[in-house]
Amino acid sequence: MAELIQGRTGAWEAVIGLEVHAQVVSRAKLFSGAATAFGAEPNTQVSTVDAAFPGMLPVINRHCVEQAVKTGLGLNAEINLVSVFDRKNYFYADLPPGYQISQYTRPIVGKGKIVLDMPDGSSREIGITRLHLEQDAGKSLHDQHPTLTYVDLNRAGVALMEIVSEPDLRSAEEAGAYIRKLRSILRYLGTCDGNMEEGSLRCDCNVSVRKPGGPLGTRCEIKNVNSVRFVMQAIEHEARRQIEVIEEGGTVEQETRLFDAGRGVTRPMRSKEEAHDYRYFPDPDLLPLTLEWDWVEALRRSLPELPDAKKARFIAEYKLSPQDAGVLVGEQASADYFETVARGRDPKLAANWVMVELYGVLNRLSLGIEQSPVSAEALGGLLDLIRDGTISGRLAKEVFAAMVETGKGAAAIVEERGLKQVTDSGAIEGVIESVLAAQADKVAEYRAGKEKLFGFFVGQVMKATQGKANPALLNELLRKKLAG
Amino acid sequence: MALDKATVARIATLARIKLPPSEQEHLARELSTILGWIEQLAEVDTAGVEPMSSVAAMRLPMREDEITDGNCRDEILANAPEAAQGFFTVPKVVE
Amino acid sequence: MSALTDLTIAEARDGLAARQFSARELAEAHIAAMAAARPLNAFLVETPERALAMAAQSDARLARGAALPMEGMPLAIKDLFCTEGVLTTAGSRILDGFMPPYESTVTAKLWQAGAVLLGKVNMDEFAMGSSTATCAHGPVENPWRRPGDNRPLVPGGSSGGSAAAVAARAAIAATGTDTGGSIRQPASFCGIVGLKPTYGRCSRWGIVAFASSLDQAGPMTRSVRDAAIMLKAMSGHDPKDSTSAPVAVPDFEAALTGEIKGLRIGIPREYRLDGMPGEIEALWQRGIEWIKDAGAEPVEISLKLTKYALPAYYIIAPAEASSNLARYDGVRFGLRVPGRSLDEMYENTRAAGFGAEVRRRVLIGTYVLSAGYYDAYYLKAQQVRTLIARDFAAAFERCDALLTPTAPSAAFAIGEKQDDPIAMYLNDVFTVPVNLAGLPGLSVPAGLSAEELPLGLQVIGRAFDEATVLRVGGVIESAAGFTAKPAIPPGGD
Repeated sequence: MAELIQGRTGAWEAVIGLEVHAQVVSRAKLFSGAATAFGAEPNTQVSTVDAAFPGMLPVINRHCVEQAVKTGLGLNAEINLVSVFDRKNYFYADLPPGYQISQYTRPIVGKGKIVLDMPDGSSREIGITRLHLEQDAGKSLHDQHPTLTYVDLNRAGVALMEIVSEPDLRSAEEAGAYIRKLRSILRYLGTCDGNMEEGSLRCDCNVSVRKPGGPLGTRCEIKNVNSVRFVMQAIEHEARRQIEVIEEGGTVEQETRLFDAGRGVTRPMRSKEEAHDYRYFPDPDLLPLTLEWDWVEALRRSLPELPDAKKARFIAEYKLSPQDAGVLVGEQASADYFETVARGRDPKLAANWVMVELYGVLNRLSLGIEQSPVSAEALGGLLDLIRDGTISGRLAKEVFAAMVETGKGAAAIVEERGLKQVTDSGAIEGVIESVLAAQADKVAEYRAGKEKLFGFFVGQVMKATQGKANPALLNELLRKKLAG
Repeated sequence: MALDKATVARIATLARIKLPPSEQEHLARELSTILGWIEQLAEVDTAGVEPMSSVAAMRLPMREDEITDGNCRDEILANAPEAAQGFFTVPKVVE
Repeated sequence: MSALTDLTIAEARDGLAARQFSARELAEAHIAAMAAARPLNAFLVETPERALAMAAQSDARLARGAALPMEGMPLAIKDLFCTEGVLTTAGSRILDGFMPPYESTVTAKLWQAGAVLLGKVNMDEFAMGSSTATCAHGPVENPWRRPGDNRPLVPGGSSGGSAAAVAARAAIAATGTDTGGSIRQPASFCGIVGLKPTYGRCSRWGIVAFASSLDQAGPMTRSVRDAAIMLKAMSGHDPKDSTSAPVAVPDFEAALTGEIKGLRIGIPREYRLDGMPGEIEALWQRGIEWIKDAGAEPVEISLKLTKYALPAYYIIAPAEASSNLARYDGVRFGLRVPGRSLDEMYENTRAAGFGAEVRRRVLIGTYVLSAGYYDAYYLKAQQVRTLIARDFAAAFERCDALLTPTAPSAAFAIGEKQDDPIAMYLNDVFTVPVNLAGLPGLSVPAGLSAEELPLGLQVIGRAFDEATVLRVGGVIESAAGFTAKPAIPPGGD
C-alpha cells in the first residue's frame, strides 16, 4: 500500500503516470542511414533526410522495428501487426522538417504490464498503455552565445520508443522502482542501453493528486527528467505543490512544467499561451507498417530470459530469498556472474559473496560488473577453497582483497602468502598451550566463571596463527584445554 | 464555413506565416469561399468507407541497419543562411 | 530556326546514330533556341556549358557505338527537381540561392541514359497552380498566341515552363510533375504530349514535395513515341522512396504497335460538364470516332463521384503541402528574413518567401488538419478518394482505357482568372481524379480551338498499364495529325 501524503486537510493520494522515451539501440537512425553514436562532433551524423532538405524521403530501419517489437514482447504487451506512422506538426529549431514522424492512433505496441519489486518484498503490477516508435529531435544549445541558439542535428531522427504507463503509480518510490525495472528489462533485451546521463532514457512525469477514493485531479506534466533520483524528487515536490495549492483554496492549472534539479522544484515552462495543435495525420511518405505473425513469434522465441522469469527461477532453483534474487537479476550481467559462481557450489554462499563482497568492491572502485577485476570463475575458485577447508571464511576476505588488487587467482595467493588454514590438531594444540600458558591469570578467571573470556582466547590463538587456525577445530580443542 | 479574422490569425500563427491585420479580412473571405466550395463533400455518403492510406498497393519497405549516410557536415551546412562552429544558428530561444 | 530543333527524340536518335549530326550540334542548336525563346521567360537557369560538356560525352559514346537510350537529348528540367550544384527554387523566393548537394533520382536516371541538361525551367510556385503565373521569377508565356491578339497567354501549370520550352522547340523534351494535372493541362495548352505515370512508377526522391500522395514526375514531349522513350529512362524502383513501386519497367516504346482493335475505351458521362464549351465536346466526339475507326469500342461508363474529386483534392493536397512546406523556415537553406525571436524569424521568412497561392493553400491545409476539423475535412476527403478509386476500378472492369478531354478550355490570357482561385482550380476538373486514384494519364494534342489554340485529349489507364495508354495515345496522335506549331518568338519577329 503506497504511502499517502499528509496535507493540512487530511491525507492525499498521488496519481502518477510516466512517459519514458527510450533511445533504441541501433547503428543507424529510424528513417535514415546516418549514425546514432553518442558524442560526435556537431552535425557530423546528419543526412540530408535528417536535415529535411527539399525532396528528401524517409525509409524505415528494420532493426528499429524489431527492437520495438522485442520491447513490447518483454513488456507482455500486444503487438499490433498493423500500425501507422503519423506526422506530429510543430515548429522548432531542432525539428528540421517542422514535423516529427511518430505514431498517434495506431501504435506498434498496445497494452502490457510491468511488475514492480518493492523493497518490502511485495510486488505491484503497473499497466503499460502503449509503446510507439518516433523520431528524436536534434539539440538546441542556448548557452553558447548571447543572442543565438546553436543547433546540432546529430540526434535528429534517432529512433525512440515512447513507453506510456497507465496512471497506476501512487508514489515517488513506486515511480523510481518502475523506471529501474523498465530500464532493467530494456537492458536485458538490448533494445535500449538505459544510460540516463547520456539521455538514452528520458522521463516525462504526469502527476495529479486526489483524496483517496475521490475523483482524479488535474494533472501537470513534468518534462524531460533525466535521472531516477530527479524523477522521484520532481514527483515528490510536484505532488506537495499541488496539495498546497488546493489546500490554500486554489485550483491546479493543467500545465507543462520543468524540474529544476538545482533547486529541487518544478516550474512552468515559459511557452506560448495557445496549446499545441499538432494536426496529426498519417505520413503520406510512408505506408502502414505490417508485420507477419510468424516474424513476431520468432522474435518472441529469441528473447533472453527476462528479470521476472529469472528471479522466479533463482528463488526456485537456488532457494534464494525474493529480495536477494531481485537484487541479483537487476542487471543481466550480474545474474550471469552469480550463476557462474553458484554453479556446483552453495548458492547462498555465492549470493552473499557477490552481493556483499563483490558489489562492495565494485561500488568502491566505481566499476560495472562487466569491468570486475575478479572474474566469476575466479570468485568461484575462492569459494572452493573455503569449502574444502583450505582457508577459513575470515581469511577468505583477505584473499579476495588481494585478488582484486593483483588480479591473481585465489590458490596462487594462498600459496604465495602461506595462508593455508591450519587444520593440524597437534599444531593448534601447541599454540593453544602457549597462549594459555602466557595468560594463566585469565585462564583462572575463566575457570572461575568469566565465560566471555573464551572469545579473548580464540582471538589470541588466531593472532598467533596469523588467522590460519581452523575455527571449528580451534573451538573444540580450546574448550577441551580450558576444561582441563 | 465562414472563417473570421481571429481564426485566420490563429491559423497563420500555427503555420508561422506573418499576416498583417490589413490582410486578415481579405484572406478570411477568400478562404471562406474556398472552404464553402469544398464543403460539398459532405453530400457524399462515406459511411463505412476506409480512408485511403495509400494509392500504392504495396507493403512498407524496410532498410538494413547500416550506416550509409551522414558524415557530410560541409554539405549539410553549405546552404545555411547562418552557421557557426559547425552549428546552425538561429535567434536565441528562451525556454 | 535550325531544323535540328524540329526533331523529336526518336528522329534525333536516328540522326545521331546515322552520324547526320553530332550531339554537340544538337545541343548547340537548342542552346540557341533557348536564347531566342527568352521572351517567354521559360528558363530560370540556362546551363549551356554543362550541356556542351555532357554532349561531348554523348559524342564519345556515340563514336564507340555505345549510345544510351536518351543519348545527347537536350532537356529542360522543371525547377522542382533538385539538380546537384544547379540552382533549384521550386519557383519560389523561399529557396533563393538553394544549390542542392544531391541529384533527384529521376534526373540522375536521365543523365545516366545520356541526356543533356539545357537548363531549369519555371513553374507555378511549389507546383501549386494551373497557369505558371504564380512563379516568383515571373510568369511564363505560352508560345502560342491568338492570331491578331498581342496578349500573352498562359502555358498552363504548374509545369508551364516545361511545356513552353518544348512547344517553342527550345528543348527536345522536358520533365514535369503532375499532382492534379500539372503535366497534362500545360501539355494541352501548349500543344504537346504530357504523361503522368502511375503513382510509384517514377521515384519522388529529390523532387521538392508538394502533395506526397499525389506528386508524380513524367515526360513532356512532342510525340507519343518520345514520351514512351523518355518514360522508360525516368522509371524504376528506388529504395530511397518508400512509395516507389517495386515493379519492372517495360519497354514502353515496344507497346506502340498502333493496334487497338478490340480494346474497349470508356467514355465517362460525368466528364460532360454543364456549360462545357462546344468545341471541347466536339473534339471529344472526334476522338471517339478516331478510336472507333481504329477498331476499338467506345463504352459509356459512369464515374459517379467525378464532381467531388476537385474539392477532395483541394483538401488533401493543401493538407499534405502545409506539412511538406513547414521545412521552409530560413534555418538550413534558402531565404532568411531576420526576426527578434525564432518564431518571428519563421513568420517573417515565410511571409516574404511564399507567394499568395502558396500561402492560401498552406493556410487551408493547416486549417483542415487542425483540431476539430480533421474528421470533417481530411478524413472525409480520404474516404471520398477511396470511393473515386473504386469508381475507376469498376470502370476498368468494363474497359481497357478511358478517353476524355484534358482541359475545359484552351489557354487563357495571363492575368485572367487570376483573382478567382476557384475558377483557376476548375482548370483541373478532368485531370485531378486521375491523381486521386493514382492512375496513369496522357494528354495528346488533338485539335485547335476556334481561336486556333491547342486542345488536348486525355487517355487514362489502369495502374502500371502505361503501355496501353501510350498505345491508344499513339493512335489518337496519328488520327489527329496535329502539325500546327507556334511562331517563335510568339507573334512572329
